[in-house]
This record gives sequence, structure tokens and C-alpha cells, in this order.
Amino acid sequence: MSENKSVWVFIEQDEGRIAEVSLELIAKGRELADRLESRLDAILCGMDVESLATELIERGADRVLLAEHEELRLYRTLPYAKVLTRLVRENVPYILLFGASPVGRDLGPRVASAIRSGLTADCTDLQIGDYDSKKDGIVYKDLLLQIRPAFGGNLIATIVNPRHRPQMATVREGVMRMNEPQAGRKGEVERVSCSFEPADLALEILSRELRSSSVHLKDSPVIVSGGAGVGGEEGFLLVRELANALGAEVGASRAAVDSGLIGKEHQVGQTGTTVRPRLYIAAGISGAIQHRAGMSESNKIIAINTDPEAPIFQIAQYKIVGDLNEVIPLMISALREKAK
Amino acid sequence: MPYKSVVLVKQVPDTKNISGEAMTPEGTINRAALPTVFNPEDLNALEMALQVRDREGGEVTVLTMGPPSAAEILRESLFRGVDRVALLSDKRFAGADTLATSYALACAIRKVGDVDLVFAGRQAIDGDTAQVGPQTAEKLGIPQITYAESIVRLEGRSIVAQRALDHGTEMVKCSLPCLLTVVSSANEPRPASVRRRIEYKLAATSLEYKALLATWPSFGTEEALTAFLTERNLVIPVWSAAHIGADESKLGLAGSPTQVYKINFVVLEGTESKEIRPTAEGIKALVDELVQEYIVG
Repeated sequence: MSENKSVWVFIEQDEGRIAEVSLELIAKGRELADRLESRLDAILCGMDVESLATELIERGADRVLLAEHEELRLYRTLPYAKVLTRLVRENVPYILLFGASPVGRDLGPRVASAIRSGLTADCTDLQIGDYDSKKDGIVYKDLLLQIRPAFGGNLIATIVNPRHRPQMATVREGVMRMNEPQAGRKGEVERVSCSFEPADLALEILSRELRSSSVHLKDSPVIVSGGAGVGGEEGFLLVRELANALGAEVGASRAAVDSGLIGKEHQVGQTGTTVRPRLYIAAGISGAIQHRAGMSESNKIIAINTDPEAPIFQIAQYKIVGDLNEVIPLMISALREKAK
Repeated sequence: MPYKSVVLVKQVPDTKNISGEAMTPEGTINRAALPTVFNPEDLNALEMALQVRDREGGEVTVLTMGPPSAAEILRESLFRGVDRVALLSDKRFAGADTLATSYALACAIRKVGDVDLVFAGRQAIDGDTAQVGPQTAEKLGIPQITYAESIVRLEGRSIVAQRALDHGTEMVKCSLPCLLTVVSSANEPRPASVRRRIEYKLAATSLEYKALLATWPSFGTEEALTAFLTERNLVIPVWSAAHIGADESKLGLAGSPTQVYKINFVVLEGTESKEIRPTAEGIKALVDELVQEYIVG
């Protein structure tokens, strides 16, 4: 009998809204399942979330495994891990994917540790391919190739999990593209029972303070980012003014965030947000790999830097070697002129 | 009331400051050019544990798994005020992925015994996986509080802590024992104390005796050095697989489900680029082009 090759995606939802990364994974999971000629299951846990199943099916799931329980209303490690661990033990999927969000990075390792399978963190690409293991003297067919930046982003590693199932990965948010829902697409919803013991409820959420971020880097068509080269507060003010003139979002490199010029929610790069806007303006950003990893797929890149050798220029379509304190005001006045 | 804490720390290559020399022209890593550092968020974890001890009493033990040179961060921990340290070092640990690492760490935490709180940094800067903390908690069968930013209170066998999440904060209450992974915004780690730096300067593992004798030949023999360090409580214990009672099949490469299939070096792809003069005319022409091509406006 051939191996069960089903692909599972853990669906992250909060107060009835599916996390974007879960929808991105449904699209990727669909592609992997098609490649394996297999099935895509979405694992949906929560309370009063049944209505979300339709969207998951319309976006590509063949089956939704639905665990509803009052103790699952808000995400907590132990109850969620218990449900998922049991489902994985009973069904042994081929692949299990999580978003590399705070929830996925809390739950994924817990489940991997319980079932003793491998987990690769923060993947930026997933493919199906063969692995010729010199060590085992075996060619493993159709494994999940888990591709991720390593070593501070200076390397790209491909990780495999040849002998353990499921092959597990967390996937960076905003890297995979979502599918459009197909109205009327058919699939099953299967309810799974769950029960909890006092030990599963060792942690209790006392309160939550959610702030709706006013920063929308991911969806912004134009982003103006500042880095170490802006110097200080004043230089960063210029970055903000240019963003303002363009109706753009303000981004930043890690150097700018670390030096306290701007909040972490503005950080673009490997440890920040991955963006692909229509236009990305990098001002005073040298273009360390950490930063490029989060913006190199932008449609057009304008780089402003005093150092003609800055790596950012190698991926920029428009190269301005000059002082941003002079260049940015010129850009702002040219834009104002144009707007008249 | 006093609490017994363990802090898990890691010595990592300083990936945040990779200089030109650290990358060869072929794009491979020149490890010799990479300094190692105390993983930054592990220092925040250490500080949180020390604050608990300073307030409530108890003791703090720091554990690290790594090569003999990792003793450096254990000395650093002693300088900052911890009570005990141990180095997990054994060739059987080598090549461990996060699962095999967490198994070894869980065995070591059990060896410490009766631990109330386990602290770890949110993630290490070499792998950025954030997996070892939760995987260790699972192996120990205890709850976890990831992304911990502060301990609001400790009362008997329960802890109230604040978690820092992408979209806000969460206040949670949890029974002990539990494991916390700590974020960098949690605190400002205390510096090494000068007094302790002098006191623990010679603290060493047996794996370092040879090097120590080379630097301080006046100690004479290894036996004399051992006696000297033992008397002053300066021996950093080295725990092997046997010491922590680990099942060898679950350690190191053998105990690691994941394998590295290949490593690619990041190569910059050249892009056709247009040089824009930083003059009023140059910039005006650029803005005109962007507007014409509907990139802006």
C-alpha cells in the first residue's frame, strides 16, 4: 500500500478571523497536494468557527477537520497541542504546515517534540523533490524540501525530514501568495471531539490588549525605508516626509530600528516584514542580506546611498549615488511640482 | 518564597555583525573571522531569572550545550551573578537539530532536579528557530510562556506574566513549574560585576585545563590545578550523555529527524540599473519617469 501523502495546514484564527498566513499556506498546500496527487486538509480549532470552513474549502482545502470547544476559544499552547498531537498520531499526515507567527512558532515545536518529528522553522519556500541520502544509501522520493535562510540570512538551506512523519515546517508570513476563493468549491467538514483535563488548562489568559497596527507595510504599494545612513532623527524625518509626499508607508532596516529611530513594526527584512511593493525606496540602507531578504522582490527599487559600492545598488533599478539629505528634498519638490 | 531556576543559554556566531571578511569571495563562510557571542535574548532570560532570585530568593543554574569553548558564556553568567553552571559537552551531542537538543536539555534539567522555572531566550541569532524552548517544555511535560516580556507576580505555585505578541500583549497566569522564553524588550541585562569577574576569572571546565596550564604555567601539574580550582569552587562541571542519563539514540545526529540537504550561498543577481544624477534635473527626470510609468501618482 502506498504511503498516505495528505498535506495538513494548521489554521490560525483569532476571534473568527483566519490569519492571512493560513490562507497563504492553503494556497501552497493545494499546490503540494496536487503535486503529490493527494489531499489537502485544513485543521481548524476554536469555538464558533464552523462558518470559516467554507472559505477554507473555497480556497483549496478538500477537508476541514473541525475541533470546537470552549477551551479552544482563544489560542493556548496546551489545549491546542493536545488536539493536534492526537489528530496527527491518529492520521499520520505526510506534511504538516504552520505559519511562522507567534502562534505557529509556539505550537509547532510543541507538537513536533511530542510526536518526535522534525520541524523546520521559518521557511521561505517549499517544494517537493527527491533526496539522495549518502548516509542512508537511499533515494527518498517526493520529500518536502524545506527552504529557509540560515546564518543570519547569509545562506539558504534546504532541509529534509526523510524518515519521520509528518514532515513539519513553519512558513514565514507574507511569502506565499494566496489563492482567490472559488465559489461553490466542494469539500467535507469533519468534526473531531476533544476533551481536556486540568493539566491541559494549567495556563489561563487573564487579559489581552490588542492594538490594531496603523502600519500596513505588507499591503502598501509604495514604501520609503530608512537605514543607518539617515544619521539620526532629522534624517529620518526626511524619510517620513518623502513617504508622506508619495502616500507611502514608512519602512526601516534593522539598523534603524535597533538604534531606536522607529518602531519594530516598520522593520523590513528577514526578521521583519517581507514586502513586495510596486516601488521601494531605500534611503541610507546599505542592503545587508537581512534587509534584501525582505524586499528584493519589489517591482522597482530606488536606492539612495553615498557609497557607490553599497550592495543595495546591485538589486536597484534606479541608482542614486548621493547624500539623501540633498536627494530627498529634491524628490519631494519634484513630486510637489508634478502634483500641481 | 525561594524558586529554583534554570536558564538555557547558547554561544552563537555573531551573525548580526557579519563583516566583509567573514564571507569569502566564493560566498562561503570564514568561521575563523566570526566572533562568538552570548546569544542576546539569552541574556534577557538570565536577567529575568536573576531578578526573580534577587526578589524571592532561591538559586539560578545556567546550562549550555556546546563545544568546550562554550564555557566562555558560563563564566560570563557567573560574572553576572548566577549560582551554578554546567556545560553539556559530549561528541554524542554533536550535530543535534532542535529536537535532539531539547531532549538533551530536558535530561539535564531533570538532573538539576525540582526546578520551578526554566528560562530561555526567545530564539538564537544563528538559527532564529525559536523551537528549543517549546520543545524542551514538551519533553518536561510542563507548560510554556513564550514571548515573555515581564513577570508581573509570582505567588506560591503560580506565575502571572505578560507576553509580547505581534498584535499586542497578553497577560497569562500559569502554574509552576513552567518554561518561559524571553524577548529582548523584557529588560536591560545587568553587566558583569567587577568583584565576581575577579572571583570567577579562573573558573574552568576540565576540558580547559591544558590551555589554562599553558597560560598559567606556575600551577605546575594538572593535579595541582585541579586541587586549586576544586578548593575554590571554580570547577565548571561537564555533563556527558551518561551524566544526564540520556538515551543515546535520541541525541546528536542520530536523534535528529531533520537533515540538511543542501546549502546555497546567497548570490546577488545583477539588475539592469539606471544611474540617476543627484541633481535637481536628474531627480526631476526620475520623478517624471515614475509618474509616466504609473509607478507613482
